Amino acid sequence: MTQLKVNGQVRVVDAGPDTPLLWALREQLGLTGTKYGCGVAACGSCTVHIDGVPTRSCVRPISTIGAQQEIVTIEGLSPDSSHPVQKAWVALDVPQCGYCQSGMIMAAVALLKEKPQPTDRDIDDAMTNICRCGTYNRVRAAIKVVAQGGNAKLAGLSIQHADGSTT
Amino acid sequence: MSAILDTAKISRRHFLVGSAAGGLSLAFHIPFGSEALAQTGVPEVNAWVVVQPDDTVVIRIARSEMGQGTLTGLAQMVAEELECDWARVTTEYPTPGQNLARKRIWGNFSTGGSRGIRESHDYVRRGGAAARMMLVQAAANVWQVPASELKVAKSVITHAASGRSTTFGKVAASAAKLPAPVADKVPLKDPKDWSLIGKRMARLDTVEKVNGSQVYGADLVVPGMLNAAIRDCPVFGGKLVSYEEAAVLSRKGVRKVVRVSDSAVAVVADTWWQAKTALDALPIKWDLGEHAKASSEAFAKVLREALDAPEAVVGNSNGDARAAIATSARKIEAVYGYPHQNHATMEPMNAIARYTADRCEVWTPTQNGEAALAAAAEASGLPASRCEVYKLHLGGGFGRRGAVHDWVRQAVAIARQMPGTPVKLLWSREEDMLHGRFHPVTQCKLTAGLDSRGEITGLHMRIAGQSILAGVFPQNIRDGRDPVMFQGLNDGGGEAMIGYSFPHLRIDHAMRNPHVPPGFWRGVNLNQNAVYLECFLDEVAAATNQDPLALRRKLMTRHPRHLAVLEAVAERSGWGKPAPDVDGQKVFRGLAQTHGFGSYVAACAEVSVSDAGELRIHRIIAATDCGHAVNPQQIEAQIEGSFVYGLSAALFGQCTVKDGRIEQSNFDTYPVVHMRHMPKVESIVMPSGGFWGGVGEPTIAVAAPAVLNAIFAATGKRIRDLPIGSQSLRRA
Repeated sequence: MTQLKVNGQVRVVDAGPDTPLLWALREQLGLTGTKYGCGVAACGSCTVHIDGVPTRSCVRPISTIGAQQEIVTIEGLSPDSSHPVQKAWVALDVPQCGYCQSGMIMAAVALLKEKPQPTDRDIDDAMTNICRCGTYNRVRAAIKVVAQGGNAKLAGLSIQHADGSTT
Repeated sequence: MSAILDTAKISRRHFLVGSAAGGLSLAFHIPFGSEALAQTGVPEVNAWVVVQPDDTVVIRIARSEMGQGTLTGLAQMVAEELECDWARVTTEYPTPGQNLARKRIWGNFSTGGSRGIRESHDYVRRGGAAARMMLVQAAANVWQVPASELKVAKSVITHAASGRSTTFGKVAASAAKLPAPVADKVPLKDPKDWSLIGKRMARLDTVEKVNGSQVYGADLVVPGMLNAAIRDCPVFGGKLVSYEEAAVLSRKGVRKVVRVSDSAVAVVADTWWQAKTALDALPIKWDLGEHAKASSEAFAKVLREALDAPEAVVGNSNGDARAAIATSARKIEAVYGYPHQNHATMEPMNAIARYTADRCEVWTPTQNGEAALAAAAEASGLPASRCEVYKLHLGGGFGRRGAVHDWVRQAVAIARQMPGTPVKLLWSREEDMLHGRFHPVTQCKLTAGLDSRGEITGLHMRIAGQSILAGVFPQNIRDGRDPVMFQGLNDGGGEAMIGYSFPHLRIDHAMRNPHVPPGFWRGVNLNQNAVYLECFLDEVAAATNQDPLALRRKLMTRHPRHLAVLEAVAERSGWGKPAPDVDGQKVFRGLAQTHGFGSYVAACAEVSVSDAGELRIHRIIAATDCGHAVNPQQIEAQIEGSFVYGLSAALFGQCTVKDGRIEQSNFDTYPVVHMRHMPKVESIVMPSGGFWGGVGEPTIAVAAPAVLNAIFAATGKRIRDLPIGSQSLRRA
């Protein structure tokens, strides 16, 4: 039994100490928003925050995480998809298949917390997540939208939303 | 309607995603969107449209959503004719079993070949129009007025003369009882009157993808479900000899070790992590079979010889190219090669199967639900009418999840050995890399004959190599001919036509198939064919001191639509004028165009190559004429995505064979484009009307040749073997 603090709640996980955090989240806690993509920390689909640090959970054994360390997953980012990064993602229709996007968003949130005005180089260095559909350019645009205060019109995509708004 | 109601009930009863212990706890339904139907029991207006009393409009989508946006585009087309309130639109998948039971009322489920919209635009719009006519007629019947006096907009039906109005939701139940109009007599709007088609509408499936609530096949949990990890013989064609299950059966959570077909073994456990780690610890003996020594190098020699083989199937020809070349004043020849590549979808292959003696159910992300149903039927030994497939949105498809449902067969084979217990099979990334259905490997020798003025008199293009059809649908090979080999090189057909005319032309194919199984890989054979032809024409231009655009213009006078997209990217890029330096580096351009999946596409790449040989791709300008553009902002997303996929292939994509097996096992050995590699992409969506072309694939094919031609402009070096990878780009 391992005690973990996930999205503000203390959870008890019945899994071996070598079990990667990814599989404890997915299979023990039912938090399937965090994805398995490679298992070798190469793709970033499994990115969560541990004490605010973006972490590839597929190679992080649960035994190495303290009971008081704050784990935040995509489900814990906001109760209603209202985090500024999530809002920018929706405004720019960033996801395609969406499978990598939880990891992308967690990486972007961590980047923007550390560097609220990231340069293109900062974005290149921080956003090492793999996307096969090809959302990189909209990911970059959405990060810049957040950095510039959330005005999605700056991206120039003119997307018409069902509520009648345009971003 | 009953089938959908049943499904909804089953799904509400059986599926719980997330943990009862806390965190997320969501009822999940398959097909999605049908939960309210079960609550209200509202009958469908027709196969495509259900309207609930609260005016929610459920549009049925037969094709699969895998990121390409077809779900939204198809819903736009139904809604355009239905005249419903877009803000109240939701969608659901009918199941393949329902399609079978209802005599394929939803048509083809196949979602490959960029066909989602281009092959169903007509009948889905008629479905929307017919539903609208029935809803209007139902209101007319209530009010006892002619239907022709009624107006409809945003789900509201009005009768101006009497000042009455009602909504779709209020008349849907009576509309459902009316006879359906004859589909081909249903009038469709003139394109100039479209108000949703052609608009930059937001996707319908975004919010759940930014908060983790989108349930993929890999995420789905069925109560009582066990998890399986599998290992297939690493050498294609090899067999499973034996395994020592005693070594792992005592491990925590492990329930069973099962043989799957004659070449694979799976461990079934409570959790996938338990199954996977037990499988890693399982001693397995393989018979590697006859291909145990096969290698990419050896097969490359086979292809090299086939470039000059006397026997070849002709795909396109006019005049006598070989004679024209033999008597030409000058000859130019080059040999190109394109490797095996894995699709590498972000979500590895997976399926849940539940088998009993009289029923087999499968939950899986698939590009073709009907093919998945057929695979389930075959693997279970049950008739298709006793099988069902529930589709989930795909975590990437790219062709891997369409034609061959090997993972579904495996899941069913495992479930058959545990009747009544649902089993989720999830491939590891390593299994996914080793057991792909790979982009075919080919080489191509191009020979051009030139006259004394440097004009091309004859072109011979000999393609040697692997046929996808021979590996996937061998019944479609007629007289040794695989017609798909000639994508982008055909004389006509409207699907994938060559954009040039030559006085004498011969394009032929010498089929040579390695033991590596091929598959339809996003862009299919257009990918290598565009590299071969577009780069070779660039070679001819350089050899004859012609501008590559000027040379193409001469060859394209009878191909105005091909030329139009090429001219568009040339103009936008400033072709003919030097590109501005970037970071002190000179920037060079390369062009490419092709026609595939019904659309005309072109690209101009701008690159720099440093003295040390470091390549940077700065900007891509890409044009698409897809006839009708249903959702331009999603077409732009597909164009950008095509460069991620196409540049991944051009820069890094290669699966090599050693000792009969694929050497690349994960993203650390099979690199793909990252954010830092990604150029700016400027899309020009220029629909010329009158036809419907696909957008998911064609642009991939111009990514590599545009960049390769730009590299030549920058360095004088001709890269003829993909990927560009570690080949030196220092100036020649």
